[in-house]
Amino acid sequence: MPASSLAVTDVVAGYNSTPVLNGVSITARPATITAVLGANGAGKTTLLRTISGFVRTRGGQVRLDDVSLTRLAPDHIARAGVAHVPEGQGVITELTVEENLKLGLLLRRRADRAAALEDAYRKFSILADRRRRHAATLSGGERQMLVIARALLSAPRVLLLDEPSLGLAPKVVAQVMDLVRQLRDESGLTVLLVEQNARSALSIADQGVVLNLGKVVATAAAGELAADVALRRHYLGF
Amino acid sequence: MQEFVEFTLGGVSDGVIYAAIGLSLVLIWRATRVLNYAQGGLAMFTSYIALMVINATGNYWLGFVVALAAGLVIGGVVERVVIRPAAGKPHLNTVIVTIGLLILVEGLAGIIYGSKNRSFPTPYSIVGAKIGSFDLGEGASPSAIFTAVAVLAAAGLLAVLFRYTPVGLRMRASAFSGTVAQLMGVRVGRITTLGWALAGLIGALAGMLVTPQTFLYPNSMDSIFVLGFTAAVIGGLDSPGGAIVGGLILGVLLNYVTGYVGSNLPELAGLALLILVLMFRPSGLFASTATRQV
Ligand SMILES: Nc1ncnc2c1ncn2[C@@H]1O[C@H](COP(=O)(O)OP(=O)(O)OP(=O)(O)O)[C@@H](O)[C@H]1O
Ligand SMILES: [Mg+2]
Repeated sequence: MPASSLAVTDVVAGYNSTPVLNGVSITARPATITAVLGANGAGKTTLLRTISGFVRTRGGQVRLDDVSLTRLAPDHIARAGVAHVPEGQGVITELTVEENLKLGLLLRRRADRAAALEDAYRKFSILADRRRRHAATLSGGERQMLVIARALLSAPRVLLLDEPSLGLAPKVVAQVMDLVRQLRDESGLTVLLVEQNARSALSIADQGVVLNLGKVVATAAAGELAADVALRRHYLGF
Repeated sequence: MQEFVEFTLGGVSDGVIYAAIGLSLVLIWRATRVLNYAQGGLAMFTSYIALMVINATGNYWLGFVVALAAGLVIGGVVERVVIRPAAGKPHLNTVIVTIGLLILVEGLAGIIYGSKNRSFPTPYSIVGAKIGSFDLGEGASPSAIFTAVAVLAAAGLLAVLFRYTPVGLRMRASAFSGTVAQLMGVRVGRITTLGWALAGLIGALAGMLVTPQTFLYPNSMDSIFVLGFTAAVIGGLDSPGGAIVGGLILGVLLNYVTGYVGSNLPELAGLALLILVLMFRPSGLFASTATRQV
């Protein structure tokens, strides 16, 4: 399958009456990683939740290639190929580790499921050792790993990662980032990556976008953003 | 000894009925966090439908199948038409909606079929079994055995559905976290409808099995509903297996009370048990201590 692009155009969205996103435009080209950066409360999570349909758009558009995702229900957007790893949550604690993973597999063709699951266990051996345990018994980092593995198992065309490094050991973060890069290169995965650690996010991203108070204040190649000392100091704090 | 065996077997055959109603309430509770007060009333209604078919064709099994199919359809339609519009509104709304539905079906049954008690057929004999001169009682009659087998088979099939099939995984995911299920592409609305439909089927099964004992009239399922609710509460409302065990405990206990103490006490004993469980173990006798994550 050819890689997909995700285009967010002039999106206005928020909670209740006050919009959080005030006309946000971001284009993620096929098979690229876009780092979405910004201070706490800038609207990064809201942006991802808007793309995946959990926050309603009040203006603008979200498109996956030439398909409009604007105002579709979240489950519909997931079936269209957008996987969302939410910020610090998303496991179903009452289900076992394996059942959580199988939820990701539901979006795959039946014939591919068993091999995909074994592959995930190879990549995430901690999960393999705990496959029969209830997800409630996992540590915070293990849960995060489970949610990431589950999202990848759905073979998404676009992956939205909201602070995937939260609670993960640096070594595991590096492993996850390697995997994401590998999926971009080999499977043409398109990624929006929200990270607090701007430096490390930009180091694996192709493009960087800086959000501030619900507006895009900078969009540039990742290397350029990292090199822009004034912008870095002002918005990214490194 | 003979009495004890008789009461126990009688308890089991009553208990599986409470278990079936309890199970149907659990299915609905898991799907929508709604207690369906009309569940007994709907089972009464499908039993009337079965009786019409049986009387018209003389074929019990045709009536049986039509009742279960009607339960399935009515359950799904009720969710779509009556329950879904009340979703997201204050919880009391759905409570009142289901009570209103109960009044509606009981009234409708009265208008269509009248209020007189009708006898209801069983597919097998209700004469109790004997081993030599040892009387096992009605709890061991072919009809009672059929009742137990039917309920346990239905429960077993549901367990297999939940545990080993993709649709079962979707149902459990939707029950535990609608948001995560949606995130994984599950059509939660359809799954909810399916839950209600299956509950309607199990309720209809319970109606078919219990009505030969209660006779059929518009309120014939009312007290069975209360006992089925008690069974579900004993099991924790969230656990299909818990409802089955809860139903069996309740059935056996009430038969001991009736048999050894007095025949006017079972309803009171059931109610007392319900209150005790709600007071001391509100999440059921088998609730795990694991707390939900917030
Ligand atoms: N459910 C909600 N209801 C109302 N306001 C919300 C809700 N969630 C977030 N907000 C507000 O929207 C704004 C943007 O929040 P958002 O979570 O998108 O920020 P963020 O960039 O992801 O921040 P962080 O880096 O802390 O995760 C904040 O001002 C926040 O208070
Ligand atoms: Mg956030």
